[in-house]
Amino acid sequence: MGINIAKKGRRIALGCEGSANKLGIGVILHEGDPTSPNATSTVLSNVRDTFVSPPGTGFLPKDTARHHRSFFVRVAKQALSDAGVTVADIDCICYTKGPGMGAPLASVAVAARTLALLWGKELVGVNHCVGHIEMGRAITGADHPVVLYVSGGNTQVIAYAEQRYRIFGETLDIAVGNCLDRFARALEISNDPAPGYNIEQLAKTGGRVLLDLPYAVKGMDCSFSGILTRAEELAAQMKTGAKGPDGEPFTGGDLCFSLQETVFAMLVEITERAMAHVGSNQVLVVGGVGCNERLQEMMGLMAADRGGSVYATDERFCIDNGIMIAHAGLLAYETGFRTPIEDSTCTQRFRTDEVLVKWRK
Amino acid sequence: MANSMLACLSQDQPFPLPKVLTHWSSAPATLITQGAEGRLYKTTHLLPSRPCALKYRPPKPYRHPILDARLTKARLASEAKVLERCRREGVPVPAVYAIDAAAGWMMIEWIEGIPVRVGINTWLGERVDTEENEEGEQPAERGDNDNAAAPLVDLMKRIGATIGALHKTGIVHGDLTTSNMMLKPASPVEEIQPNGHPETENKAKALQGDVILIDFGLATQSQSDEDRAVDLYVLERAFASTHPRAEKLFDAVLQAYKETFTKASSVLVRLEDVRMRGRKRSMLG
Repeated sequence: MGINIAKKGRRIALGCEGSANKLGIGVILHEGDPTSPNATSTVLSNVRDTFVSPPGTGFLPKDTARHHRSFFVRVAKQALSDAGVTVADIDCICYTKGPGMGAPLASVAVAARTLALLWGKELVGVNHCVGHIEMGRAITGADHPVVLYVSGGNTQVIAYAEQRYRIFGETLDIAVGNCLDRFARALEISNDPAPGYNIEQLAKTGGRVLLDLPYAVKGMDCSFSGILTRAEELAAQMKTGAKGPDGEPFTGGDLCFSLQETVFAMLVEITERAMAHVGSNQVLVVGGVGCNERLQEMMGLMAADRGGSVYATDERFCIDNGIMIAHAGLLAYETGFRTPIEDSTCTQRFRTDEVLVKWRK
Repeated sequence: MANSMLACLSQDQPFPLPKVLTHWSSAPATLITQGAEGRLYKTTHLLPSRPCALKYRPPKPYRHPILDARLTKARLASEAKVLERCRREGVPVPAVYAIDAAAGWMMIEWIEGIPVRVGINTWLGERVDTEENEEGEQPAERGDNDNAAAPLVDLMKRIGATIGALHKTGIVHGDLTTSNMMLKPASPVEEIQPNGHPETENKAKALQGDVILIDFGLATQSQSDEDRAVDLYVLERAFASTHPRAEKLFDAVLQAYKETFTKASSVLVRLEDVRMRGRKRSMLG
């Protein structure tokens, strides 16, 4: 501390994430002048432990927070030893300030604060959404993308302009991942490793018919709650042996297929509209739902039609992780941003466009 | 013969033409714009002398074919229905000539003229140039000068009155911007200008003509104050970002809206709420 951090050749941050059911801790290394395009980022470690609730149930804040508290020390030690760094090497501790579920956020914020005091390091509070975007950009090298951020808690179409990640479109009610997770509960699909992953696999067994679901796009915004209600109704009908449009009984696979086709088409449509609006032909997909390969494929078809391409990452970076918090936090830290201990709170509501993105032009 | 003509035609096109434009009787089509939703071509309807716009929504390769067909058909049919209704009620919009919703196209009246956005920018631009040469004043200060801004205020009033008429019919546009309004020259005779002062003519003409609303792709039938207020709010935001120097004149739009539309006062009260709320709610988790 005390020295100009940006002048330091090697900068290392530890990031702590726990805004939902994943506890993630990662260590990142930045090298070179942060203002030059030659600056590099290296992932030194990325450890995650997921709280998985039984089929038919969701994860409750109280239980999730307890999971994070019990595993924090184990995961942190693992992250440090994987990275091969000592406490002395670390420049700052980054943690998720929000948005997310209150209790899990608070337990990780308290743990991060404890580390900072224990080790005498400075703290950096990070916006979870900005973490996803910055990590996606770092991994894929996307230049000026329209970002689709899709997860269990967020659904936003974002583009960067004048030091903010501006929200062009978003969900008007529940997040797309929430719609998928809750539908998985209706079918009592396993939550391990993730409900969305199991829906994706089940959808591959369906597709003989496309069941009619509402399609709710309004300009660059969309809505998923009505679709969920209808899908749940169809799931109940399926259990009583109801027949599909071809007169044959439909399966859980057909339902998963139809749900994916409908909600992903909506996401691709609003993304395309935003791309036309800002004049970009790159799209970056981040967030847990972003690892769905069908969504990536559809996005790719749309981008190709516009003469562009889609950038996506795999589950290591798409699904919530500590490394993205470390990366975005270190970017802010290099510009002089600090979160004093008395301000090291967390918040369930923290919009993407509230963050001043000082590290970009 | 016909085949070779076809080949020639499609070679010049950046995208494959919709089937209806490949028939031998059609006049050559020009691609006017490519949006997120679809493409707009200029072609003719029935007579070579009758120009028309062809709105085409091509199939989206990413979408399941059944879903794609369902959406394209429903959206085109709804857009045509809205346009028809506006025509019936006397709201200035393009007339629908022909539609094949299943094939994804609709032929509508070709509106001559320029988008309102271009008209305003031409007028603002030329005005600033000449006046800066004379005095070098700040453009913003001149906005206060009632006389100087009179032609623009007059256009804003015509826009407000047109939106008022639209809302009166129970339709909200859903995407009001100055790009989605055309300025149609009042009579074709005016277009032929005698040589003289072309620049002055241009400037004077930039804001003249009838305001015609176009692009009803996101229009819905609604009579709620909320939807109407959001319609106005979208225009207000678009206006502020497209023509920041003329932003303060936006009140003229609302004034004329109020005078045209009897239920305007409750909409304008709601507009206050919408402004306070912003478009975006605070995000949950």
